[in-house]
Amino acid sequence: MSNALIRLPRSVKKGEVFEIKTLVQHPMETGYRSGTNGTIIPRDIIEEMICTYNGVEIFRMRMSSAVAANPFVSFHTVATESGTLFFRWTGDNGFKLEETARITVA
Amino acid sequence: MRRRLGVLLLLLATQASAEIPEAERRSGYHDMGASVQAMQDDDMANPAMLWVVEGENLWKRKAGAAGKSCDDCHGEPERMVVVALRYPAFSDSANRPINLDQRINQCRTENQKAPAYAYESRELLALSALVSMQSRDQPIQPSADPRLRSFTEAGAAAFAQRQGQLNLSCAQCHDDNHGKKLGAATIPQAHPTGYPIYRLEWQSLGSLQRRLRNCLIGMRAEPYAYGAPDYVALELYLMKRAAGMSFEAPGVRP
Repeated sequence: MSNALIRLPRSVKKGEVFEIKTLVQHPMETGYRSGTNGTIIPRDIIEEMICTYNGVEIFRMRMSSAVAANPFVSFHTVATESGTLFFRWTGDNGFKLEETARITVA
Repeated sequence: MRRRLGVLLLLLATQASAEIPEAERRSGYHDMGASVQAMQDDDMANPAMLWVVEGENLWKRKAGAAGKSCDDCHGEPERMVVVALRYPAFSDSANRPINLDQRINQCRTENQKAPAYAYESRELLALSALVSMQSRDQPIQPSADPRLRSFTEAGAAAFAQRQGQLNLSCAQCHDDNHGKKLGAATIPQAHPTGYPIYRLEWQSLGSLQRRLRNCLIGMRAEPYAYGAPDYVALELYLMKRAAGMSFEAPGVRP
């Protein structure tokens, strides 16, 4: 089970640039560390994060072993119309987490 | 009057090591870089908030043979304000002081009739982060229960006791040499103001006992088992030593 936190402004003006902040719970195990008996701990990371704004992709990020646990990602977009932001994180071991957030454009 | 002054002087003279006066107590927060401070200040950037969210879910979930949730007895988590400020506290059923994590587990086994959470498990840290966060920005106020006195004194003795292969005591670093460098790191005063903390080195949330274990290993001393009364005694003394300081849980540390 994983949690994600998403923060964006409650409402923005049309044409305005606003920030979207996301924080997601994930161990981001690199695959390079050794555990007990010297065995390698298998890699377990988020590979990709995408964000769509009313169905249009506005952000995509490929993550690697170099990203710390519980990744915090923030990015900006232009407010076009009221609607839904959809977020999806996918990764190793079938990891998949989806969240949505509402945005009101005044 | 003169006799009273004499007793006071005698008390001061017999005190083993100099405790940091209240006005000079300084949270480790002030020794961190600006980026880590910003991480703690912004609830959106503080990864400990992921555990708090999980704690809020657990708070409402019914558990155990009694089929009760935390919410059924305690109400909203906001009502747990100041609770974390006075732990460890004396437990009548255990007949010794217990810390907040142990109190949560006591609630689980005695009231919910559910199995206790393992120390440092995600669930236990989530609930203790949720409860601790309610006391944010309040001054630490250790319990005044007289039954705690001997345990607090034991904790103070452990703090001043040299141990491990390096033959160091907690007090040598944190009372006598705080503010100076140990390698590249600034030695903090070691006040438990933000536990459970998200430590970047751990990439996870951890309790005060995990942090104490870290220091003991650094001194090449044998760490106690999680939940050991020795840790609780140290926690008691550390909370007394930090009395009056502003609570900042859940903190972020490098």
